[in-house]
Amino acid sequence: MRILSVCGMGIGTSVLLKMNAEKVLEAMGIEAEVVAADITKAKRDGDGADIILTTPELVALLEDLPGKIVPIEHVFDLTEIRQKLSAALL
Amino acid sequence: MSSVLSALGEGSIKLQQACLSWRESFELAGAGLVDSNRTTSEYTQEMIQAFEELGPYMVIAPGIALAHGRPSASVLETGLSLVTLSTPIEFGSQSNDPVSLVIGLAATDHDSHIDLMAALSQLLMDEEKVTILLNATKEAEVRAYLS
Repeated sequence: MRILSVCGMGIGTSVLLKMNAEKVLEAMGIEAEVVAADITKAKRDGDGADIILTTPELVALLEDLPGKIVPIEHVFDLTEIRQKLSAALL
Repeated sequence: MSSVLSALGEGSIKLQQACLSWRESFELAGAGLVDSNRTTSEYTQEMIQAFEELGPYMVIAPGIALAHGRPSASVLETGLSLVTLSTPIEFGSQSNDPVSLVIGLAATDHDSHIDLMAALSQLLMDEEKVTILLNATKEAEVRAYLS
């Protein structure tokens, strides 16, 4: 599975989302590659991602991508990330 | 947390500031990066522009904003700044307003600050630690706590 974590600049939120998603996925026993990207890179190279993790404000900018968009409100909340990833994987 | 401490250069910590808007708080976070020689003043404008373009997504958790731009020529060295607000400010975030802690982040590229982000994440995901930072009135207190 390929997961893209996306934020505006590609150095802050997307990196935090990637780290916390990796923690959650490991705990869930799911093998996935999580790649952090900024919006521009995500739009250009994001076609292969099954799931796109981002923040609610950026969802509208990513809707053209084929992957399932999972907005995370609180990037440090591992419970929220786990619940939303689980729901997206069903 | 010591990598967070070393990323906070001299002049980068500004506590209990009375800001009236997200813009003022970004200017202070930017000034912290400039004062500690991590960025030029252009980076402050880049952070403000990024917020104007993409909105309040930089409010990453309840009460916490991560002010940052892209890696660019205005970043001299990867670093952080830390601003606490005496009165919380509305940033326009649906789920995480109001903001009382603004962390400024500058990175020279997309990858070399990963260890720093892991340490920052450990710090910010702990509400008790964030509360201690928010209540601090002296820079020395913050530095001692992070060491």
